[in-house]
Amino acid sequence: MRRIQMTVDGRAHVAEVEPRLLLLHHLRENLGIGGVHAGCNTTSCGACTVHLDGESVKSCTVLAVQADGHEVTTVRGIMDNGLWHPMQQAFHEAHGLQCGYCTPGMIMASISLLKEKPNATEQEIREGLEGNLCRCTGYENIVKAVQLVQQHSNGQAQPAS
Amino acid sequence: MTEAPEKFVGGGVPRKEDPALVTGRANWTDNIKLPGMLHATLLRSPYAHARITSIDTSVAKEQPGVVAVFTGDDLAEEYDKNPQANPAAVTGYDLSLEERSNGGASVTETGDNTGGETVDEKTRTFVAWIVTEDLKVPNHWPIARGEVNFAGDIVAVVVATDRYKAQDALEFIDVEYEPMDVVTDLEEAVASGSPLVHENLGSNEAYTWNLDTGDIEDAFSNAALTVKERYIQQRLIPNAIETRGIVANPDPINGGYTLYSSTQVPHILKAVLSAYCGIPEQRLRIVAPDVGGGFGSKLNAYSEEVIGLVLARKLGVPIKWIEDRSENYLATIHGRGQVQDIEVAADSEGRIQGMRVKLLADMGAYLQVNTPGIPLLGAFMYPGVYTFPAYSFECTGVFTNKTPTDAYRGAGRPEAAFAIERIMDALARETGLDPAEVRRRNFYEPFDEPTTTPAGIQYDSGNYQMTLDRVLELADYEGLRAEQQRRRESGDPVQLGIGFSTYTEICGLAPSQVLAALGAGGAGWEMAKVQMLASGKVEVITGTTPHGQGHVTSWSQIAADALGVDVDDVEVLHGDTAIAPYGRDTYGSRSLPVGGVAVHLAAQKVVDKAKKIAAHMLEAAEGDIEFEGGTFSVVGSPDQNVTMQRVAGAAYLADNLPEGMEPVLSEEYFFDPPNFTFPFGAHICVTEVDTETGFVKIRDYFGVDDCGPVINPTIVDGQLHGGIAQGVAQALYEEAVYDEDGNLTTGSMVDYLIPGAPELPNYTLERTVTPSPSNALGVKGVGEAGTIGAPPAVINSIVDALSPYGITHIDMPASPWKVWQAIQDSQGRDPGTRDADRSGRPSQATDSATSMDPEAGSTNPDAPTGGDRT
Repeated sequence: MRRIQMTVDGRAHVAEVEPRLLLLHHLRENLGIGGVHAGCNTTSCGACTVHLDGESVKSCTVLAVQADGHEVTTVRGIMDNGLWHPMQQAFHEAHGLQCGYCTPGMIMASISLLKEKPNATEQEIREGLEGNLCRCTGYENIVKAVQLVQQHSNGQAQPAS
Repeated sequence: MTEAPEKFVGGGVPRKEDPALVTGRANWTDNIKLPGMLHATLLRSPYAHARITSIDTSVAKEQPGVVAVFTGDDLAEEYDKNPQANPAAVTGYDLSLEERSNGGASVTETGDNTGGETVDEKTRTFVAWIVTEDLKVPNHWPIARGEVNFAGDIVAVVVATDRYKAQDALEFIDVEYEPMDVVTDLEEAVASGSPLVHENLGSNEAYTWNLDTGDIEDAFSNAALTVKERYIQQRLIPNAIETRGIVANPDPINGGYTLYSSTQVPHILKAVLSAYCGIPEQRLRIVAPDVGGGFGSKLNAYSEEVIGLVLARKLGVPIKWIEDRSENYLATIHGRGQVQDIEVAADSEGRIQGMRVKLLADMGAYLQVNTPGIPLLGAFMYPGVYTFPAYSFECTGVFTNKTPTDAYRGAGRPEAAFAIERIMDALARETGLDPAEVRRRNFYEPFDEPTTTPAGIQYDSGNYQMTLDRVLELADYEGLRAEQQRRRESGDPVQLGIGFSTYTEICGLAPSQVLAALGAGGAGWEMAKVQMLASGKVEVITGTTPHGQGHVTSWSQIAADALGVDVDDVEVLHGDTAIAPYGRDTYGSRSLPVGGVAVHLAAQKVVDKAKKIAAHMLEAAEGDIEFEGGTFSVVGSPDQNVTMQRVAGAAYLADNLPEGMEPVLSEEYFFDPPNFTFPFGAHICVTEVDTETGFVKIRDYFGVDDCGPVINPTIVDGQLHGGIAQGVAQALYEEAVYDEDGNLTTGSMVDYLIPGAPELPNYTLERTVTPSPSNALGVKGVGEAGTIGAPPAVINSIVDALSPYGITHIDMPASPWKVWQAIQDSQGRDPGTRDADRSGRPSQATDSATSMDPEAGSTNPDAPTGGDRT
């Protein structure tokens, strides 16, 4: 077992973990963050996407011990004083989700995408989200959600509805 | 609320489901943790067909954290622990296992398959759709006993204190197998001398089902021309992004059980598990928490659910099992898997006179809940939107050593739509007619009353010309043909394809009598309960089980309009058999035309009762009361009024009700529709086919769909987007491939190409509205329309692009490799060499005949596919 410390959604957590424990399972099982979803455990579907020091990673392919000393942000940590992040608001407005299982990962990947390429074209958005699979929406409305954030990219959180 | 609320039906009300989902607060099965809960993992067979000669679990039992390890024989006596299962539990299902085994058709009689163990005389099965009297039903133990029949069959279960430890212990179970001959190919499976999946059944043919109307021989003998084609429906893997999972919880208070399951069908699951596990129905509660997609794959009752319940009963603690993705590929049902021979006879004008269809349908190794019935959902739909005098259909269900098949989005109807829409293009080619024209010549005249089809059912309403006309305008058909001509003449390496699909589908499952007649056990109704609380707020209880379709929002809209309340004052409760004891769940695009209509009708009952109370409160005759915008008022005296909320309060307090009236506004409605519904549409897929690489790009996708009046256009568009995406996925990307030993070689998301955002187009959609006469809202259902309409539109488009090469067919999925290969074959080139020379590219139309090797490229796992992913 190894003792690790990481900040998750703004809170510091210390834990004793097996070196083989996936960050995904540490977040879900030890820290109780049910908003990080397991989809494939093989880095294919992106449902488990979180930010590690601000960069999007698939938490099924990061060991918990690799996140030792780092900062993790999940979909639960992107709200600002109870106000939705603009990307959350946009997914809602654009109907960018149906069953919602891919959604937290898709939102985190989309935030990361726009951070790197604020003016991404539609094709660049599609390619930027290639690592996140959605089986419900056919992606058109997910792309529209990201474009909605581009249109309103003043960085202000939107009121939760 | 005093102001009359706006009307909600027909508006794009934002989804009420979203807040929990976008903030990571949903309640998935894997989020459920109960005190004392243990974790189960399953050892699965690596062989497609083998005898188990020994299993040693002793070392596994010693591993850290392991509580128990069980084999099939260990649990054999556990399924029947409670023999007093309520027979009512299985009403509507032919799951009376005793009866079936007494029937003799499928009783296991010899000990050969169980390695000499005593044979249980029951036939254990999950199948609930008994398509023929003599359906062969294989014995289906949740954990295999003696013999495994597909790679993924369960061999043992480990129960441990956490999932990692349970997974570790699987490595220490020692199983010896004696491999048996394997059959994976449908035609080989029905050939004499084939290895048998289940030797005791004596054949791999599960059943043969026929449907014949009109004089088919006459139609073909007098035809001016006939066209005969063979199409392959490849196997598909549904791949809901949330895998299956369960938590089985023994209830110490009533001695019963709660099963949390990621399922589309808690009510059906309850009936099947009650019968299988001998748990009286009133002691079994099924909860479908938030469910992350299903597409038919969670329309079932699975071995893992039985195992979870039986272990919870045996060990007295909650048991959790969460499927991992590799298990999902092996052990959750697959879809499609058919060989289709279709032949049409037509007159010289291209008018169809008769159609013959012959199918081989892959059952896989066992029969799941609906496995044999899936092709029957297609049987009635091969005639499509065309009317003609004679039709003959025959389907043979075939066992293979592969994962069982069952419903995957569309379930039988995409297969039918593909075959008819592909052969319509063949008919256009034979007659020299434009594909749009040959369709038009065979359409029904527009109709708004039930109209009998060549398959002997009645379509509810249709106007196929209207959708075709509109999609031709939307796509600028003439402009596209002109561009196509320019590209052909200039020898552009990227050729343009224009593909049609004018589809209809059968949905809204549906009339109980019809389902019963088809062997599916009836019970096609749906329940809704609308209850107004003392505060005037509303709860809708529905028997449907949404998992992405937005029922909470849509049902709120329906109830809000009927009751004249605000949409936010309505809550919709679902997915728990303790809250909605009656329900028939969500599949087959049935939820709105059956369940949504039930909500409307239950709300109407509430209004009818409220009107009586309002009349009493206003001291007026009931006949003088009118109801509008949530307010009851006296005709001619609008100042004399009372709101629905105040009536609800009065009904609750019950101190001033009409003589003899029951308190409270709470009404239930069970809606059993008189007919199915038949949405329809016309799609045009525009492809750019790179003749040098075989790469197909969908440039545009146009759809004009008619699903009757729309409750929520945003949600309907979303259903079409996702449906078309899955149809495109079948046409271009996805295929479950097995090697000759029965190994699934596409058993991960790396090997099985689920399209991502770059692979899919935008969709240009419009709607027409042709109400259904089958229900009070006129609605038809839309969940599967896109998946049914899209595959033939895509393939027709590719074949259209390549028609100058004489290419007349490309099997699905039309990967770049397959398309490129077809082009090479058409030029008579050695398929093994790639020639950069462009001389083979025709600069104008040729009539070179093409002989496609049907084997070429159909299942090569090494072949490059339509995209890649990092």
